Amino acid sequence: MTKPGEYYPRDMSIHPPALAPDYKTSVTRSPQFARISLEQTISDITGPTFGHGDIAPGDHDLLSNYAKTGDPIGERIIVHGRVLDENARPVPNTLVEVWQANAGGRYRHKKDSYLAPIDPNFGGCGRTLTDEDGYYVFRTVKPGAYPWRNHLNNWRPAHIHFSVFGSAFCQRLITQLYFEGDPLIPLCPIVQSIPDAGAVDRLTAKLDLNATIPLDSIAYRFDIVLRGRRSTLFENRLEGN
Amino acid sequence: MTKLPYLPETASQTAGPYVHIGLAPGAAGFDIYDHELGHDIAGPNAEGEHIRVEGCVLDGTGSPIKDVLIEVWQANSKGVYAHPESNGAVEDGFRGWGRVIPDFDTGIWGFDTVKPGATPGRNGTTQAPHITLWLVARGINLGLTTRLYFDDEAEANAADPVLNLIEWERRRETLIARRDGDVYRFDINIQGEDETVFFDI
Repeated sequence: MTKPGEYYPRDMSIHPPALAPDYKTSVTRSPQFARISLEQTISDITGPTFGHGDIAPGDHDLLSNYAKTGDPIGERIIVHGRVLDENARPVPNTLVEVWQANAGGRYRHKKDSYLAPIDPNFGGCGRTLTDEDGYYVFRTVKPGAYPWRNHLNNWRPAHIHFSVFGSAFCQRLITQLYFEGDPLIPLCPIVQSIPDAGAVDRLTAKLDLNATIPLDSIAYRFDIVLRGRRSTLFENRLEGN
Repeated sequence: MTKLPYLPETASQTAGPYVHIGLAPGAAGFDIYDHELGHDIAGPNAEGEHIRVEGCVLDGTGSPIKDVLIEVWQANSKGVYAHPESNGAVEDGFRGWGRVIPDFDTGIWGFDTVKPGATPGRNGTTQAPHITLWLVARGINLGLTTRLYFDDEAEANAADPVLNLIEWERRRETLIARRDGDVYRFDINIQGEDETVFFDI
């Protein structure tokens, strides 16, 4: 009989290194010592669980969840996909949270002083739980590019921030979705902190014409992969014995 | 060469400067959700010693990182996690998970919880009471995982298998929160002298 065991060690070659000097803020915010790799314990293979009582049914619809006087301005899009693990198994009932700028590249955040205006009908955050197949969907507007103080003329590609939990704290992941064909992607120091071109491509949501709603919304497809888990024939010794 | 059918993990990216919009919108300056997640770690029914933890996250220049977001994961006072794979039950409402952000002006953060109990380690060992912390912020490309231990658990800490794995004994000290009255103080140094130990779990 097999039992679920430990999670696969993270393949650090697909993640950005802590120090990516072209992304200037990382210079003083990156540890100089190597991370210490642990064999997992109960502390790592457990993590918070969420249910439908935690969120409201409309939280995934950014077109309506902050609308006050009408719809937000911008390109109406559907962002959808599946959360899978490295074994290609769906990750069901997991919390997916997103946040983004509005169509002009302005965030509804008191620290954002970019001159593009706030949209009175757009908050810019949403959350949902994946279904039994690991599937999620959001409705939103496509975010605009925006400038940031790194090199003087750096512009972030259009992106949506994603936060995913999985089933264990060691699967916790925050990343960013980019949009297929955006010419800013290869110019961005944050994107290019990722050493692996394939990994960048997998962060790029693909236009999904089959999922568009004609005369309503364009769709993008974005699948997320979390760390997978071993099955072991041996006694599970994580908790002793 | 035959390709194995594994999928590669999605690459991490920094949470950026506006992480609060998604994960703590109240702090970003607007209310959108019926309730924000992560405010109550232990819940009103939690048994055990109720404690407060406070600290600051400092960058390589010793300046506070004011746009950090920290997530907390811990067992209850009996050493049980709110998760089906942990042995035992937790109190009704005990979540063991929370989200914390600092004051935007001072960089000081804090949270109220209960002191966790000892938890099982590997191969029959016992882990000293600890809280797992996960930090994300602008400039941090992959979330940083660390552990908070308690300075009044010296005996358990001395036997803790994870602390003992750190061969640089002085670095173990960076994971020990100091009790000061009713508060445990835990400062996190991202870089430089007294750099906090971070784990790959």
